[in-house]
Amino acid sequence: MSAQASGHGTMNIKLIVWRQAGPDKPGNFETYEAKGITPHHSFLEMLDVVNEDLIKQGKDPITFDHDCREGICGTCSAVVNGVPHGGQKRTTLCQLHMRKFKDGDSIYLEPWRARAFPIIRDLMVDRGALDRLIQAAGWISCHTGGVPDGNSTPIAKRDADYAMDAAECIGCGACVAACPNGAAMLFGGAKVAQYAALPQGQVEAPERVAAMIQAMAENGFGNCSNHYECQAACPKGIDVKFITRLNREFYKALVLDKVGATPPKKS
Amino acid sequence: MRLFSTSIGRKGVMAVTGLLMVLFVVGHLLGNLTVFKGPDGINAYAEGLHKLVPVVWGTRIVMGSALILHVYMSIQITLENWAANPKKYAVSRSLRATFSSKNMIWTGAAIGAFVIYHLAHFTFRVTPSDLMLGTDTMGRPDVYQMVVDSLSGAVIGGVYLVAMVALCLHLWHGIQSLFQTLGLSNAKLLPEYGLWGKVLSGIFLVGFGAIPAVILAGILK
Repeated sequence: MSAQASGHGTMNIKLIVWRQAGPDKPGNFETYEAKGITPHHSFLEMLDVVNEDLIKQGKDPITFDHDCREGICGTCSAVVNGVPHGGQKRTTLCQLHMRKFKDGDSIYLEPWRARAFPIIRDLMVDRGALDRLIQAAGWISCHTGGVPDGNSTPIAKRDADYAMDAAECIGCGACVAACPNGAAMLFGGAKVAQYAALPQGQVEAPERVAAMIQAMAENGFGNCSNHYECQAACPKGIDVKFITRLNREFYKALVLDKVGATPPKKS
Repeated sequence: MRLFSTSIGRKGVMAVTGLLMVLFVVGHLLGNLTVFKGPDGINAYAEGLHKLVPVVWGTRIVMGSALILHVYMSIQITLENWAANPKKYAVSRSLRATFSSKNMIWTGAAIGAFVIYHLAHFTFRVTPSDLMLGTDTMGRPDVYQMVVDSLSGAVIGGVYLVAMVALCLHLWHGIQSLFQTLGLSNAKLLPEYGLWGKVLSGIFLVGFGAIPAVILAGILK
C-alpha cells in the first residue's frame, strides 16, 4: 500500500549518524536525508531506505546490526537521540516505528558506547563480552540424554515466574549502553537470579555469582551506581530487583568463602 | 580481602559505611536541634555529651574509619566507572538517573571538604576567625554563643547552608542506593526506600539548614 493510499503523508527526516570505518579508525557524524518515509516504516526499514539511496550514490551504506526484526533476537542496537532503542517503553529498535517521529525531525544515531563493546563499524559493536559472561557464569550442569519426566523436579509457580521474568533478557546490551558506568549488572543479575531461583541452578550458585562478578571486571564492564537507567532502557523491562538478587547472592557466596573459587569445570 | 577486591564487595563497604554515617547524621541533627532551646539547651547537651568520653571517642574512631573507607572506595569505583565508559554520547538523555545520582562523587567531595572545615571550625577551632569558646553563666562551655557568633557571618553561614544542600543531594540518591547494594531491596521495597530516603534527606536539609538560616535572620542571638 502506498503512503497516499494509506492516508498518511510521507516525511523527510534528517539523520545524523555516527560513521566509523573500522575498530581503530576515527569516527565522525555524517548527516543524511531520509526521504519519503511513511509512518508505517519501522526504524530499520527507514535505515534500509537510506542505505538504498547511499548505495545508488556509490557511497558506503550505514552498517547496523539486525536479525529477526521481530523484537526477540536482541541483535538490533543503536542509540537514538541519546536513548538505546529509541526510548519507546519495552520496544527494540526494530519495533520502533516512524509514526513516533514527525516530518522534519532530526535524529541522532550512535552505536552502543562502552569500553566492553568496541565499535566494529558505524553502528555495529562487538557484544562478545556478553557471551563471555555467559561462558563464565550463565550455565548449569545437568545430565544430557533422555527427556526427563514432566514435573519430575517440582518448581513453585512463583519461582518459575520469577525465573521467566529474568530469562526474558534478549542480551541486546541496551542496559550496558544506557549505563553511565558501562556496567552489565542488569544482564549479569538477570542470569544469576534466573538460575538462583530454580532447583537446577543450586549446585553452582555461589561459584556462579563469584564467576559473574569476576568476568564482568575482566571484560571491562563498570560498577553499578544504582542509576536504574538499565531498567528504563531495557526493551524487555528487566527489573533492577535482579541486581539486588545478584548482590544478595554475592554476599552469600562471600560468607560461604566461594568468591575467587574456580567454578566446577564443565566436562 | 575478597571484600575489597570485588565490585559488589567494595560497594557493600560503601553502603555499610554510608549507613553508619547516615545514623551519625541523625544523632548529630537531634543534638543540634537543642540550639533552639537556647544556651541552656545546647550547652547542657554539649557538656553532657563530652562527659561520655568512651562514646565520644568510639564515635570518632568509627566515623573516621567509615569516612576514610567510604571516600577511598568511592574514588576507586568512580575512576573505574569513568574508564569503563570512556566515550560519551553526543546526545544523551537520562530516563531515570537524576542530578543527584549522577553527581554523587561531587556532592560527596563537597561534603568531605565541609567535614574537614567543620571539624577545623568548631572542634579544633583553628580556622582564621576570632572564634572563642567561653563559658556560660553556669560555668559550662558556651557552645551556644560560639555557634551564634560564628554563623551570623554571611560567608560562614552561607557555607553551612550550601554544605547541607550537598548533603541532601548526596543522600537523595544514597539512602535508597545503599539498601539496593546490600541486597535488601525488591521491586516493592525499592520505591519505598526511595521515598523515605528523600524524606530523610529533606529533614536533614531543613533541620540542619534551619540553624544557620535562623541565625543569619537574627532570630537566634
